[in-house]
Amino acid sequence: MSLAQNLPDSSSDTPAKLEVKGLTCIRDDRVLFRGLDFSLEPGQALQIEGPNGSGKTTMLRTLCGLTLPSDGEILWNGEAIEDVRPEYMAAMDFIGHAHGIKKELTPLENLQVALAMADTNPNQSLEGVLEKVGLKGFEDVPAITLSAGQCRRVALGRLLLSKSILWILDEPFTALDVQGQAQIESMLVNHVENGGMVILTSHHPLALKDGMLKTINLRP
Amino acid sequence: MSETSLRSAFFTVLKRDLTLAYRTRTEMFNPLLFFIIVISLFPLAVSPDPKVLQSLAPGVIWVAALLATLLSLDSMFRSDFDDGALEQMLLSVHPVSVIVLGKVLAHWMVTGIPLLVLSPLLAVLMHMPTDSIPALMITLALGGPILSLVGAIGVALTVGLRRGGVLLSLLILPLYIPVLIFAANAVSNAAAGLPIAGQLYFLGALLALALTLAPIATAAALRISLR
Repeated sequence: MSLAQNLPDSSSDTPAKLEVKGLTCIRDDRVLFRGLDFSLEPGQALQIEGPNGSGKTTMLRTLCGLTLPSDGEILWNGEAIEDVRPEYMAAMDFIGHAHGIKKELTPLENLQVALAMADTNPNQSLEGVLEKVGLKGFEDVPAITLSAGQCRRVALGRLLLSKSILWILDEPFTALDVQGQAQIESMLVNHVENGGMVILTSHHPLALKDGMLKTINLRP
Repeated sequence: MSETSLRSAFFTVLKRDLTLAYRTRTEMFNPLLFFIIVISLFPLAVSPDPKVLQSLAPGVIWVAALLATLLSLDSMFRSDFDDGALEQMLLSVHPVSVIVLGKVLAHWMVTGIPLLVLSPLLAVLMHMPTDSIPALMITLALGGPILSLVGAIGVALTVGLRRGGVLLSLLILPLYIPVLIFAANAVSNAAAGLPIAGQLYFLGALLALALTLAPIATAAALRISLR
């Protein structure tokens, strides 16, 4: 499977940088993480590790602006993400644990909706994307007839369509078979090597060169 | 982000929600069936006397339409909240209020328009004078969208709660009261041969207000609910 064509639009000309300063999250009087500092630049991936309930998902939701941090700031190119919301939303793609694939729609319709939300012109056909994520022949069946792993493949197909530089992924390997995991991994490695940025929670080791992968361990 | 892409996002959301409604159409019939059943029970329970029914008709039809809309509201954001699609909409590059407006329009087309189309039939059942039926339809055409728009704010606020049903009714019903008063009053006046322009202007003003402000309030409420 070749996925090298998914070059981010802006990686070469505009510098992109995500900075996090003193990020703190408190849920129900419980400190999930406190005073977290890190930065991420094109060509880098960040893997967040930690036991269940340590705040990995909360952290990803905070990073994409869905949840407000209790303290600290998240900067995109030096500006707070709330202030540059349209730019940040255009540069970022988030696939959460609930991946937002509508069961009543077909994979093709799901991707069409995602495309309209993202405001990009695809550089490849939607059918081509579905073929790449291993769903050839399933374009026009309702997603309810697909398995959990196949639904996740549709969601990951969104990444192939997007021209976002920053991918934020919550457990992207869940429900995928061995071959699917390998495909997604090569997709992620490709994205990073082409100047993209990836933040993910997973215990799956990524085959990236030294210096390209950062790790944060959230201990309770 | 250009204007055409904003328009295409709006119509994509509209088409998506209409497709979803069509594929889960059995759910769509619930509020409609409720509307028909409530109204058709009145002649049986109160009195088959045309005079009595005639005086009750405007209020009964409007109360039934209002409750039917209330029943259908929860579905507006529920499934999108459960499967994560709502998150994706909040993370869209487009303003959330525009996406919300598409969803509300779809909701009104799926629940409001069928009520509107069925209302003359039920008006005849309630022995309403024929010349007041246009007034009933105009009030439903003006008031129905208000119910969907204002209802969206309440649903957006309660979608994150597991059992938000009662809270939703408490939040929304006070806001529905002005619509109910003006609309039912307009239909009664029309049946009595009195002018109804004043009430229609009020409904029109409320619609303009809801159309401009409700999507913004709904978008803000959704952000709070998803935190």
